[in-house]
Amino acid sequence: MNKQMTGIGASSKRREDVRFLTGKGQYTDDINRHGQLYAHFVRSEVAHGKITKLDASAAAAAPGVAHVFTSKDFEGVGGVPCGWLITDKNGEPMKEPKHPILAEGKVRHVGDPIAVVVAETLAQARDAAELIDLEIEELPAVIDMREALKGGVAVHDEAPDNLCYDWEFVAENKAAVDEAIARAAHVTTLELVNNRLVANPMEPRCAIGEYDRAGDQHTLYTTSQNPHVIRLLMGAFVLGIPEHKLRVVAPDVGGGFGTKIYHYAEEAFVTFAAKKLNKPVKWTASRSEAFMSDAQGRDHVTKVELALDADNNFTALRCLTHANMGAYLSTFAPCIPTWLHGTLLAGNYRTPLIFTNVKAVFTNTVPVDAYRGAGRPEATYQLERVIDKAARELGVSPIALRKQNFIKPDQFPYQTPVAVVYDTGDYDATMDKVVEMADLAGFDARKAEAKSRGKLRGLGFAHYIEACGIAPSSLVGALGARAGLYEAATVRVNPTGSVSVFTGSHSHGQGHETTFAQVVSDMLGIPEDQIDIVHGDTNRVPFGMGTYGSRSLAVGGSAIVKSVEKIVSKARKIAAHLLEASEADITFEDGQFKVAGTDRAKAFGEIALAAYVPHQYPIEEIEPGLEETSFYDPKNFTYPSGGYACEVEVDPETGVVKVCAFHAADDFGNLVNPMIVEGQIHGGVAQGIGQAMLEHCTFDADGQPQAGSYMDYAMPRAADMPMVNIDSSCVTPCTHNPLGVKGCGEAGAIGSPPAFVNAVIDALAERGVTHIDMPLTPQAVWKAIHGASAVAAE
Amino acid sequence: MASVSMTVNGKAVSGEVEGRTLLVEFLREGLELTGTHVGCDTSQCGACVVHVNGESVKACSVLAVAVDGADIRTIEGMAAPDGTLSVLQQAFQDHHGLQCGFCTPGMVMSAADLLQKNADPSEQEVREWLEGNICRCTGYHNIVKAILAAAATLRGEKIAAE
Ligand code: FES
Ligand code: FES
Repeated sequence: MNKQMTGIGASSKRREDVRFLTGKGQYTDDINRHGQLYAHFVRSEVAHGKITKLDASAAAAAPGVAHVFTSKDFEGVGGVPCGWLITDKNGEPMKEPKHPILAEGKVRHVGDPIAVVVAETLAQARDAAELIDLEIEELPAVIDMREALKGGVAVHDEAPDNLCYDWEFVAENKAAVDEAIARAAHVTTLELVNNRLVANPMEPRCAIGEYDRAGDQHTLYTTSQNPHVIRLLMGAFVLGIPEHKLRVVAPDVGGGFGTKIYHYAEEAFVTFAAKKLNKPVKWTASRSEAFMSDAQGRDHVTKVELALDADNNFTALRCLTHANMGAYLSTFAPCIPTWLHGTLLAGNYRTPLIFTNVKAVFTNTVPVDAYRGAGRPEATYQLERVIDKAARELGVSPIALRKQNFIKPDQFPYQTPVAVVYDTGDYDATMDKVVEMADLAGFDARKAEAKSRGKLRGLGFAHYIEACGIAPSSLVGALGARAGLYEAATVRVNPTGSVSVFTGSHSHGQGHETTFAQVVSDMLGIPEDQIDIVHGDTNRVPFGMGTYGSRSLAVGGSAIVKSVEKIVSKARKIAAHLLEASEADITFEDGQFKVAGTDRAKAFGEIALAAYVPHQYPIEEIEPGLEETSFYDPKNFTYPSGGYACEVEVDPETGVVKVCAFHAADDFGNLVNPMIVEGQIHGGVAQGIGQAMLEHCTFDADGQPQAGSYMDYAMPRAADMPMVNIDSSCVTPCTHNPLGVKGCGEAGAIGSPPAFVNAVIDALAERGVTHIDMPLTPQAVWKAIHGASAVAAE
Repeated sequence: MASVSMTVNGKAVSGEVEGRTLLVEFLREGLELTGTHVGCDTSQCGACVVHVNGESVKACSVLAVAVDGADIRTIEGMAAPDGTLSVLQQAFQDHHGLQCGFCTPGMVMSAADLLQKNADPSEQEVREWLEGNICRCTGYHNIVKAILAAAATLRGEKIAAE
């Protein structure tokens, strides 16, 4: 393995760690503005109801209270916008009911904000909130998606049957898929649930609004993965503040996992209130509040059917999904079960015919949006589960069945039947690698040994593909995105040769300050510590679409590369002038511009100085200064893939599952910092195993959340997790971005749930268990082992 | 309001607090020591762990008035005065034991207490000790590695010093 110490491919230690390890990180809640007031949100305690009385006069008169806000204060203000339009199968736009900043006459989920008390201290705001005279006439709630579609109770009047959209893809394939399934030698059917999750970044959301009267300038400090996107959405659609009057700062952010992509009502609230009260206004979510107000993840109910011919070739796939939107459309919610899900249903396979129907449903629950993986975990889970089930039904090896149907290395670029074109991959290589890592040959002995201790041991495999590096703007525009998905970067070479990089990507744990510096260091031949990475401030960074969908290196990194290339090209011209040579004769290597074949050279730093002190300078041809900005629009998605294996032991007496080993063989294309890449897999796998084994966000029939804190939502703890065995040696570089990188942020969360569930089902096959819905808690496993009759007899 | 005095990271401090003010609020707001974080409201995440008289304690579960006169150490007091990271902090960086950094202060303070109680913990003992510290980013893999590595280094140093 390449153990170089610096630049691309080095496991450089993270520079950001030092501030985090010494308590010097600056998260939004660590910021306090002079004279700031504190906001406390009064939220609905019922899932569905009419507000019949809302009298805030007593609260407004309480000590320290500056103002109590209700929807009346927001007349003429826009709702929280949705950033993606889906057109349904009849050519109709999706239903897009208003999502007000504060409830307008009706509440639609537990946690829906009704009023906000702003006071000098948080304690005063909380105390005053108790004085609000609020009466709500409770209405029946709709929680189950299939029930909701029957109508009767409507979350929004605009959607009487609670259907947001009914989407078909690829619609032209529908009849052919139906026919292929009818004619198939074998059809495997699986009904499954992709359980609702709460993203739970450890830093709760926080927002501080500030207003400068002199300059009519608004500032919002917020826990965001994409400050420019918030500026655009909130400025243009909610509050009507032009970009040049609005600064959005997302400083250190303590994890995101998708849930900090979206524009939230609280951000608009503090920005609005700061101007109205002419004082900074701060709001920090409590964890309980996060459980009711952060957009949640997954929540699909799916029936999947896989058709095979007599030789076990996949001939068709049909997938019918209900996707829960919750009570309102969060920023990217409509695109998750459609374009980020339907387009991945080919997986790694040559299945020629694919059809999916997705019904997106409003319910009286917290809104649902992207969570690590977003659509791709749901696609991968159903595919990798139904293939395993098919292998078991047909009595063939699940590994062999996968390999038989894989797209082969010589078939790239590969046009799938679901619109996307995969550029590169070698699925046999990653599958073979993970089989070797998992020591399949030794498994029977391990199983027998476990049996002697009364334990059931299982080994499960999965192979995933994901689409990262979102995405070509013209493509996503055609699919309904209301924004472009390029990335921007400015590279500023300072007069003394140090470099400041301003990136539109945002780091909230990914280590960009280190990784991006490695790329620039490598390209310019200067030490990493001469390079500063600036992100998270719309007043410093030219523009940006932010960080999600494993896009930062593939898209944001490419924008940086483009800017550095422009820098080198300009610097070469300056060097040619100074060295009195023709530009074509100038080489650039290890930070030195040289006249080829001579020892005449200028260091990069000398060129930088010349650019800013242009005494001897080709001033007629080029401007002074050395700073370049680029916007990079990707040509395609990137397609990381990999084989995962999980080995478990089940205690049939208690249903407890222990993860004994986990192996990941990924193809991420080229790696810039292998240490950071491994960290991303560790974290993704933990979230995937968390989903598969522990986590579940449920609501009772009245819409009361059953998981509202860490008392009742099972976050993975250290003792639940295994060490993860990782191999990233299978590399097929991406063909369409300059670094050949594919992205690694979501893979772990995508590949691990099916590997885990396949392992448990492998362990329980001898007891006749064919499927258990996630999470595979001891209770769920025990029930499956002992069968419904045993449970009924209890 | 009540007056409290305590030693924080070796310095004598005092302040006025309400009876209901939590230690973590006093540290973050009263003393501007924002390295100690708040990640939950049910005393489960461990982002707020500090040392009170040498023992790890969740600062969200103690009132400031209850630690009047105590000796408190926070993440800000873990590195040497010249900024050199402690062996444990350095191990977190060396082994990539943090990503977003939000759980990190609590992890370091909690692990430091483990290592003073058990100089040679097994992997399982480390994992069990961290029961009260949640990390959403790292999957714990590198946190556990970092703590085990720090323990080994500290044992080595002691041997060398003896
Ligand atoms: S803040 Fe979560 S345990 Fe203290
Ligand atoms: S590093 Fe982000 S929560 Fe632990």
